[in-house]
Amino acid sequence: MKLPVIAALLAVVVLGGLGVGWYLNTDRSGDQFAQCSSSTAVGGAIGGPFTLVDETGETVTDADVLSEPSLVYFGYTFCPDVCPLDNARNADAIALLDERDVKVQPVFISIDPGRDTAEVVRDYTDLFHPRMLGLTGSQEQVRAASQAYKTFYQIGDTSDPYYLVNHTTFSYLMLPDHGFVELFRREDTAEEMADDIACYVNAM
Amino acid sequence: MKFMTIAASAALMVLPHLAMAHDYKIADLVIDHPMAIETPATARAGGGYLSVTNTGDTDDKLVEARADFLRVELHTSKDVDGLVSMVRLDGIDIPAGETVTLKPGGMHVMFMGLEGHPFQVGREIPVTLVFEKAGAVDVILQVEAREEHAPKDGDHSGHGDHSNHGASN
Ligand SMILES: [Cu+2]
Repeated sequence: MKLPVIAALLAVVVLGGLGVGWYLNTDRSGDQFAQCSSSTAVGGAIGGPFTLVDETGETVTDADVLSEPSLVYFGYTFCPDVCPLDNARNADAIALLDERDVKVQPVFISIDPGRDTAEVVRDYTDLFHPRMLGLTGSQEQVRAASQAYKTFYQIGDTSDPYYLVNHTTFSYLMLPDHGFVELFRREDTAEEMADDIACYVNAM
Repeated sequence: MKFMTIAASAALMVLPHLAMAHDYKIADLVIDHPMAIETPATARAGGGYLSVTNTGDTDDKLVEARADFLRVELHTSKDVDGLVSMVRLDGIDIPAGETVTLKPGGMHVMFMGLEGHPFQVGREIPVTLVFEKAGAVDVILQVEAREEHAPKDGDHSGHGDHSNHGASN
């Protein structure tokens, strides 16, 4: 039991390291968002087409969902500790942006569709922000969305109804016509995120 | 009318209780502010938090939390470069002279099997904490609002890496 987990974690650390290395090394001088972030980020490699199921049970695509600036987070509702902290932080950032009339949509994508039905993600996201959109889908749809965003998750033994899921906890700022522009980590505060996001949205 | 009177006196009885310092003592241990955070209506799991101060000169260990749920475990959330996992702990060390805090983003009591009985603000959850040396103590976890526990600016205490102190698995 322990060895495969360690192997999987190593794979993630290696892949994650490559991804972050790529992310940091890409030159973005001259683009319209250059002043917005101290790190060097570029659109294109993170994000892409997805088909998922929204809170009302409707099938939606990235074109439907990301038609306005959006802050996208992948997690699962059975997670009572870290995911709510991150979603509450994201909701706080959105609330700070609301005060500045910068409209950004918080999005929660479940990577545990076996338990997270449309009803469950609706109920969950309503706790954090009235505009937070919950998305789920089939296992295949969710896997494709996760791969598009270069996120990682590993579902535990599903013969146990209380299985746990390991997953990455980055939040992605997506802009219409630009796609991915910025990644936020768990260390980033709501205030820092609001400042960064406002910069991007105002430079659109 | 009668119902109103009962409700009013019930409220009066509850209020001083809420205002009371919410801590418990057993042997050399002081358990402070046991609480849980509200969950959505459809939640299957919830997290419980508290701090334990060991005022004695002998190390102790929290080895179990018991409560009326299908499953209750001691957990810690680990964060390795943004990849987060929950890990079950066999116990949480409570070293002599130290305070160990279970807090959001780190160690927690994991309650599983909430189906149909979500943690609503104000609900009280009876839990028995079992310590290796001090023995068992019954505490009440008060369910608090999520917004009271939003991560604050400059507070990075939510990081698993920093809150794993005392954990053993
Ligand atoms: Cu847990």
